[in-house]
Amino acid sequence: MARERPEPVQVVKQRRDAALNALVSGVPYMTYLGVSFDRRGDELTALLPFDDKLIGNPFLPAIHGGVTAAFLEITAMITLSWSYLWPEIESGKLDPDTLTAGSLPRLPKTIDFTVDYLRSGLPRDAYARARVTRSGRRYASVHAQAWQDNRDRPIAQATAHFLMPRED
Amino acid sequence: MTADKARIAKQFIETIPHSRELGMRITEIGDGLAVIAMPYDARLIGDPETGVIHGGAVSALMDTCGGAAVMSHPRSPAGTATIDLRIDYMRPATPGQTIVARATCYHITRSVAFVRAQAFDDDTDRPVASATGAFTVEGG
Repeated sequence: MARERPEPVQVVKQRRDAALNALVSGVPYMTYLGVSFDRRGDELTALLPFDDKLIGNPFLPAIHGGVTAAFLEITAMITLSWSYLWPEIESGKLDPDTLTAGSLPRLPKTIDFTVDYLRSGLPRDAYARARVTRSGRRYASVHAQAWQDNRDRPIAQATAHFLMPRED
Repeated sequence: MTADKARIAKQFIETIPHSRELGMRITEIGDGLAVIAMPYDARLIGDPETGVIHGGAVSALMDTCGGAAVMSHPRSPAGTATIDLRIDYMRPATPGQTIVARATCYHITRSVAFVRAQAFDDDTDRPVASATGAFTVEGG
């Protein structure tokens, strides 16, 4: 029985990266903060390069708590979108070309967001990952964590609830 | 004395680089109450289709305003840091309008300050978001 030949790895990577890039670069606030995403298969890691404009306490100095919160919210929202768009990206139903042309899929809406500050954010790059704890047709619950130099010493964690975009 | 404290808190908040970046302005401060305005800015857009400000920017405003309310409380000795903050997003802020946050430090102990906050756009009857948070009390 002849199996279908798998797609060349470059084609797969290009499609995934184009979809991710369209998702992230379409939002001005993410560009403003300088947030980008690193992808390994379907796993995403958010990156926040340090910049003076992100400082919240000039005497320590430390990253603004609001920036940390925003970073976690972005990570949670993109990870959630990415996980529900993934099947469509893989099947080719979602065409990265139309995405880059500006027709973005609707993003989930934040219902509520709770952030715990565990350590002060140092003037260094920060990283974050999120896990979709539950994703239903209407609501989703997502947990996110941010760290800097040590993965085991998180600077903040958050739980967010989202209203899923309507399928039409 | 309290007026002095308010002045110090105002000065401190206004030197925060990120708050300045977002154009935050203290319009009222003192006795555990702080009001901060953040003008509409295209860089803060979260939904390019509608032009609605990203929730993250509202978080930054709520966090700053909560901290300012704590600092202005008569029983708060000096600095503060956020322990946790929960924000409920009730409706999208109307694009083009300034967002104003109003935070109250309604209880304070030697080590913890409790804060409630609300954010409004031009429609002051319907809040855009509300928040509750706990802050550290430092320098006591």
